[in-house]
Amino acid sequence: MSLHTLSVLVEDTPGVLARASGLFSRRGFNIHSLTVGPTEYEGLSRMTIVVNCDRHPLEQVTKQLNKLVNVIKIVEMDTDASVRRELLLIKVKADAASRSHVLETAELFRANVVDVSPDVVVIEATGKPEKLEALIRNLEPFGIKELVKSGLVALGRGPRSITDRSLRAVERSA
Amino acid sequence: MTEQMTGAQSLIRSLEHVGVDVVFGIPGGAILPAYDPLYDSAKVRHILMRHEQGAGHAAEGYAYATGRPGVCMATSGPGATNLVTPLADAYMDSVPMVAITGQVAAPLIGTDAFQEADICGISMPITKHNFLVREAADIPRIVAEAFHIASTGRPGPVLVDIAKTALQAGTEFQWPQRLDLPGYRPVTKPHGKQVREAARLIAEARRPVLYVGGGVLKAGAAQELRVLAELTGLPVVTTLMARGAFPDSHRQHLGMPGMHGTVAAVGALQRADLIVALGARFDDRVTGKLDSFAPDAKIVHADIDPAEISKNRHADVPIVGDCREVLADLVVAVRADQAAGRQGDYEAWWAQLDRLRTDYPLGYEQPADGSLAPQHVIKRLGEIVGPDAAYVPGVGQHQMWAAQFIDYEKPGSFINSGGAGTMGFSVPAALGAKVGRPDQAVWSIDGDGCFQMTNQELATCAVEGIPIKVAVVNNGNLGMVRQWQTLFYEGRYSNTNLQTAPPAGGGKVRIPDFVRLAEAYGCVGLRCERAEDVDATIEKAMAIDDAPVVVDFTVNHDAMVWPMVGPGVSNDNIQYARDMAPDWDDEDEERATFR
Repeated sequence: MSLHTLSVLVEDTPGVLARASGLFSRRGFNIHSLTVGPTEYEGLSRMTIVVNCDRHPLEQVTKQLNKLVNVIKIVEMDTDASVRRELLLIKVKADAASRSHVLETAELFRANVVDVSPDVVVIEATGKPEKLEALIRNLEPFGIKELVKSGLVALGRGPRSITDRSLRAVERSA
Repeated sequence: MTEQMTGAQSLIRSLEHVGVDVVFGIPGGAILPAYDPLYDSAKVRHILMRHEQGAGHAAEGYAYATGRPGVCMATSGPGATNLVTPLADAYMDSVPMVAITGQVAAPLIGTDAFQEADICGISMPITKHNFLVREAADIPRIVAEAFHIASTGRPGPVLVDIAKTALQAGTEFQWPQRLDLPGYRPVTKPHGKQVREAARLIAEARRPVLYVGGGVLKAGAAQELRVLAELTGLPVVTTLMARGAFPDSHRQHLGMPGMHGTVAAVGALQRADLIVALGARFDDRVTGKLDSFAPDAKIVHADIDPAEISKNRHADVPIVGDCREVLADLVVAVRADQAAGRQGDYEAWWAQLDRLRTDYPLGYEQPADGSLAPQHVIKRLGEIVGPDAAYVPGVGQHQMWAAQFIDYEKPGSFINSGGAGTMGFSVPAALGAKVGRPDQAVWSIDGDGCFQMTNQELATCAVEGIPIKVAVVNNGNLGMVRQWQTLFYEGRYSNTNLQTAPPAGGGKVRIPDFVRLAEAYGCVGLRCERAEDVDATIEKAMAIDDAPVVVDFTVNHDAMVWPMVGPGVSNDNIQYARDMAPDWDDEDEERATFR
């Protein structure tokens, strides 16, 4: 099994998120992360869904997803041909003794401190999932109070956009 | 063209616009506004059902009979949830259907209001699509979209849930000039290259089979199928959902494949080197244990739904398209190949298949105790009533016997619940089919278990003047479950005896007595318990055309459905009778040479 990133262009209608996520769960697929938000077109939203599965089941789930009436297009984001980013907010223990080490670690990852209190700091970081994992690993020894991730968003590199006809949709027809 | 009216009037006007002539339903609080203009409609007939499940199955039966979407209507909450089973049934069998439900007033949605249920959420996994309508102005557009989605591409059920406030509000009626569904573009035209590749494989194959599914009937492609079959000389098998797509009397027809298929049909798929699947979905009831299904076969898979292709079995040649267009194009491609001298030679293959057909025909044993054989009843029914009627079974043993022992010659002559296996389908679906084709004889063939789930619709039949015939194949038991208990649970008959027939060895108690039940519902009730009375009873039922007829055929309860591929077992292990496996010997030699 491996992680696959799907960009799904959908009509912005009530229930569209439930339709998509419900389909994954009832067909037995695990969603690793799912984000949704508006696009450059009014009335269209874009989901970025990261799934953990093999190639054949991925084909099956994209075909099923394509059948949803509110789904307009699905494109698989290749790691090499796309920019992939995630946002992390992480609350780390940082008292007088450890604070400078924590800040130094944050700096190494080009992360920002967005909130400070006597015993903790909140750090904001964006980057590829691998980078954020590395940051978390390095902050772990100081003591992580809590963390939250936005889920992955991705855009294809180069001039084309998901709404271009030239960008081939995944499995519109077999 | 605009006109002021209420949302409810707009709904009825919209239904008239899409050509709806019948709605099966039951009114209630939230849908009540719609029933007022419905009362005045000269174009839409409403048939008052006795249970919403009946309304849903009736809409399915109507859709099967006419090819147009069946329409059912119910109120919010329990009215809507009672439609869940027929929606699931229609979804599994790709039946075009539009369900219209009332919803509580828009401001009350989400407050656990009286008779509120989130039917859109509930029906999401069992509908092709659904809509929640909050604004009266949206009603015409959504009705137009619902009927379009239900009836095009791979057909299916669509639910339209309308808030009571949207029905009550004033609106301007405006019929949409065009539909805007950017995410819905079914592919109907097959890819030429794939079709030519399929034709090439057909010419090269030594053991090809046409595996015909319900999609061929949905596409109205029976004629095209026959042309292709006769042009190529290929053997044909028709699944439970495709009975009637190819005449049973045709020499090239091997019958139904699957768990209770003929030895010839199952053997043909199993030994094939090429399977051309047309509107079929490699269901587990057809393939048996999937990894041992048709091990030597290449697969050409044509279906209008791309998600079916390679879902269960990898397709070597995938063809996305409407079966009618696929078959028409395939005929052209095969003709071109034949003109160029490329033609398959299937003589040896046919010799094997003919041997299977001769050695292992469908059959049954007469019960030793002199009681009536259910298979005999069903066989005689088919022979006497003939191929022009529609036969609508429930689910279970009687359904399998109806699929096996009646010869279907025409599309639409067999209407059943395949994918979902919904007990209780028969009576309301037969009702709907009879409404759709009033001039056709419609026979419900029901089991005593199924019949008791939906027989309240006999009242609808009697009151509304829908003279269906019901043959209850009454063995007093949940027969198919009992058969599995016989075969797989050491004959421990846990909770399968319904006591609708007198117990073996005497006694007279029947609860209920189906004859008296029929009479209570304003139907004619007949009973038949002896083989010598079967023909006369059927003829007597046929002679009655002014009332629904229920015949209680009290039959032997030990009869079993054969052949059978056990659950989770390879098709290679089909038994044509208990512990009797067919002899594949000479085929295995042949098969080895093709490996």
